[in-house]
Amino acid sequence: MTAADYVTACLFILGGIFFFAGTAGLLRFPDVYTRLHALTKADNVGLGLIVAGLALQAESWLAAGKLLLIWLLVLFAGACVAHLVARRALRKGTRIWTE
Amino acid sequence: MLQWAFDTMLGFGLLWLAWRALNSSDLFKAIVLFIAFGLLMALAWVRLNAPDVALAEAAIGAGLTGALLLAALARLGAMTDQNVSGASAYPVPSAQPPAGSHFSRGLLILLLSASVAGMAYAIWSLPSYATGLSMDVAAHLDDSGVGNPVTAVLLNFRGYDTMLEMMVLLLAVLGVWSLGGLQQQPEKPVAAVLETLSRFLTPVFILAAAYLLWVGADAPGGAFQAGSVLGAAGVLLLLSGWRPRVRLMQWPLRLALTAGAGAFILLGLLTLLLEKQFLTYPVAQAGRMILLLESLATVSIAVTLAILFLSVSSGHKEKSGKGEKK
Repeated sequence: MTAADYVTACLFILGGIFFFAGTAGLLRFPDVYTRLHALTKADNVGLGLIVAGLALQAESWLAAGKLLLIWLLVLFAGACVAHLVARRALRKGTRIWTE
Repeated sequence: MLQWAFDTMLGFGLLWLAWRALNSSDLFKAIVLFIAFGLLMALAWVRLNAPDVALAEAAIGAGLTGALLLAALARLGAMTDQNVSGASAYPVPSAQPPAGSHFSRGLLILLLSASVAGMAYAIWSLPSYATGLSMDVAAHLDDSGVGNPVTAVLLNFRGYDTMLEMMVLLLAVLGVWSLGGLQQQPEKPVAAVLETLSRFLTPVFILAAAYLLWVGADAPGGAFQAGSVLGAAGVLLLLSGWRPRVRLMQWPLRLALTAGAGAFILLGLLTLLLEKQFLTYPVAQAGRMILLLESLATVSIAVTLAILFLSVSSGHKEKSGKGEKK
């Protein structure tokens, strides 16, 4: 294994932790707003780390660029969808969780 | 070993999702499970080395069918809200079978067992190793005008299959229109974020569709993938309140809907005259003809899918408007 492979492995594991935390939050958090908050961690940071790890293994700069583009598109769509879901929940009168 | 474990998980996950989607009494949940099923199914196609099918499954099976189902559910909810005041938004299929159905139930079980037995026999009698027609396709790939064997089969060797698929799409639009028709209504104002999203993403969608169409000649991609990406752009635009001009909804719309099937028929007749066989392209022109067919088919598929979504989702606006008057 080269140095790049080690870095990729580390990035994958780190990304996996974010995905795991995001999924646990989605399942365990009390209301839709906190669940969205947990989900965006997996979508944004988790996927970003996975993409960074994959980009290190990419054969060309073009392939790395395509991976980066995928991440940017998911960031953009994820942020907008999270906003729309939260807005709809707020309009419908879903109570915000307070302990 | 690791791949084997992954494939097993994928297989059981698919079965579990399918069962949950069928068995769910909450229709919204069932649709969400169906979309998840489509995404896992795309992954399964990737594992089976069929990226062309995976792309189509992800775009059409999970994405656009999901959007159509959700639109139909919203319309169903608006319709039942009028009839049953204060009841749940949509009817829950009753678990109890209607009375006196013992005979039909037995018949159903008999038919199902017969079809399962037939399928088991068919699988049993398959040869343990078969190359199918892939050798023949590979041998004649140079004559097809494209480098991707999937595109060669879909657009050249068995072009009439794709022609009939285009007609199926046309029939789907006719069916939906004869049920509800298409109403032109101004949408209620939508979120500014959605508008910005669609405005930024539409050029990306168009670029991706053009790329898929062009790359389909030599790599996974093609008319159906490109058309569904373009159709998804249309659905996003429709969701964010955009409506095509009324003038465009007359003959230009009909022309766009029929362009794919029409091009197949015209080219088929032309080749019938020149080559004495339906949809047999001259080898020197095959690449260009396939590109022309695929471009027109892409437009038709995209417009068909977007119009299907508009037709399914636009009806309930008018219905709920009537409800308010009452």
